[in-house]
Amino acid sequence: MVLSVADIRFAYPGGRRLLDRVSFALEPGEALCLLGPNGTGKTTLIRCLLGLERVAAGRVALHGRDLARMSPAESARLMAYVPQDTNAAFAFLAFEVVLMGRSPHLRFMASPTDEDRRLARAAMLRLGIAHLAERPFLELSGGERQLVLVARALAQGSTILIMDEPCAGLDLANQLRIIRTIRALAEDGYSILFTTHLPDHAFAFAVGGKVAMLKDGTLMGPAAPDSLLDAEALGQLYGTPVEVVRIAQGRAEGQTLCVPVMQERDGR
Amino acid sequence: MTSLAPTKPLRLNGYLLAASLGVLALFLFSFTIGPYPIPASTVVSVFLHRLDLVEKTWSDAVELVVLDVRGPRIAAAILVGGALASAGATYQNLFRNPLVSPGVLGVSSGAGFGAALGILLGMPGFGVQGLAFVLGLVAVALTVWLGRSFDRRATLVLVVAGLVVSAFFQALISLIKIVADPLNQLPTITFWLLGGLHRMSAASLVTALIPIAIAGFVLHALRWKVNTLAAGEDEARTMGVDVPKVRLLLILAATMMTAACVAISGIVGWVGLLIPHIVRMLVGPSFAAVLPLSALIGGGFLLGIDNLARLPGTTEIPLGILTALIGAPFFALILARTRRQWF
Repeated sequence: MVLSVADIRFAYPGGRRLLDRVSFALEPGEALCLLGPNGTGKTTLIRCLLGLERVAAGRVALHGRDLARMSPAESARLMAYVPQDTNAAFAFLAFEVVLMGRSPHLRFMASPTDEDRRLARAAMLRLGIAHLAERPFLELSGGERQLVLVARALAQGSTILIMDEPCAGLDLANQLRIIRTIRALAEDGYSILFTTHLPDHAFAFAVGGKVAMLKDGTLMGPAAPDSLLDAEALGQLYGTPVEVVRIAQGRAEGQTLCVPVMQERDGR
Repeated sequence: MTSLAPTKPLRLNGYLLAASLGVLALFLFSFTIGPYPIPASTVVSVFLHRLDLVEKTWSDAVELVVLDVRGPRIAAAILVGGALASAGATYQNLFRNPLVSPGVLGVSSGAGFGAALGILLGMPGFGVQGLAFVLGLVAVALTVWLGRSFDRRATLVLVVAGLVVSAFFQALISLIKIVADPLNQLPTITFWLLGGLHRMSAASLVTALIPIAIAGFVLHALRWKVNTLAAGEDEARTMGVDVPKVRLLLILAATMMTAACVAISGIVGWVGLLIPHIVRMLVGPSFAAVLPLSALIGGGFLLGIDNLARLPGTTEIPLGILTALIGAPFFALILARTRRQWF
């Protein structure tokens, strides 16, 4: 297990409990899709995993080592964070943003070496965004920015990627591009946890795809999407009727869709 | 494509070289300004003579003016300008706010109160400087403590705490002005608060140089971590930066620099706000580039302004007034040009 979470609990001071005995593990090559309604604690769970919040009980371990006992640089070499967006206050170039990912490898006083620059460039090449290198980050589109932030995480050299709603605010084509990127990285052995509001994304992985649902502080799963995501479970998760359908023909044959029921036929 | 990595360092080195040569030329030229005219060639010869390279062909008076009167003041202008610009760049990156200046955490008001108190108590010049330095640090310690007791993590709270502490020390300064002797002490206090380098001696230059050099070394050592902090504290932490430690070190270093400057030159505004913006327009926001170039351009800028202040035939205008008169319109110009990049 590269990432293991055992019985963690968390509550903000004076607030209700957001995480109650949450446990799961990530293996190399696994992509875990985390679902949950708004305000259910997905972001809090991510913050606990990253060590940004201190858990009240339980343990987060990276490669078997307790996260709470690691320095920020040690954990950053094993686990990288891909935020939804970054609001850097100054106009950095995309390449400079990616190069920041090399921070945990810089020794005291040192500046990035040619090797660091090569790795940052390799990360951009791998995601097909080398042409964005000299563009100001803040002038890129949402999809391009997300890919730059993924490149930054790859440049960091860590094999665990934690992604907070990587598809939020992206159009259909860009959502697909991000999902394909996640799939390719999982196939290369990365362990990825990502959150999303579209359950369809959980079905995008032929192998290594798992899904977990977070509601009222408890986690259901992880499990294979086919076994966990049915109409009843999703209906309960979001508190609204949902149908899960498999497309039987056409170019999208075999794809699974999770569709909220919009018509109110009964009890109007 | 292959030029991806090296382009920026090359451009930076070009700017650093140009700025260094510019400051050096301005440095030599500055010795020629003043009521006692000395040609630039003589200035160069005086320095070469100190290195035993040329024979002395000028009077002792010339040597005295160059080395003891104008020398410390010119060196101090470069040192103070460079330090204020470096501290300003640091605070702007740290608070992720392009509009903060070196005085943001209350260091200027605290140091100003220290100097005013020293003058009121009739302390010698050295004592006034020491008290200014210490109270500048005390003010920032108060700010950090106050900020932490509200919210340990929020950076914006620190800025608000700085406002509170500044207001408090400003009130104390006003109180001292009321009770000070209006004939001797009050003008001294007023001039000190407006900033100026006319009292500069080699000894005070050295006492300011030491804390500024130490702080400059710390900022240089942390330059890449400062960069990462610009992405936000949480993200910086996930990229391996020990945020509370680095933030405290940066605040201490930038504060020490500012307090040392205020102690020898009084309150000189605008340099720390203006220069980093000019530098970012030239080389982009990377702190590793912004820090050295801000130091050079800040030094040259303040030296140029101090030269205006001591032009022969004019009453010496306090430095703080000149930097504001030149800095404010210049800043408005930059604001109009770059506002889109900031937010």
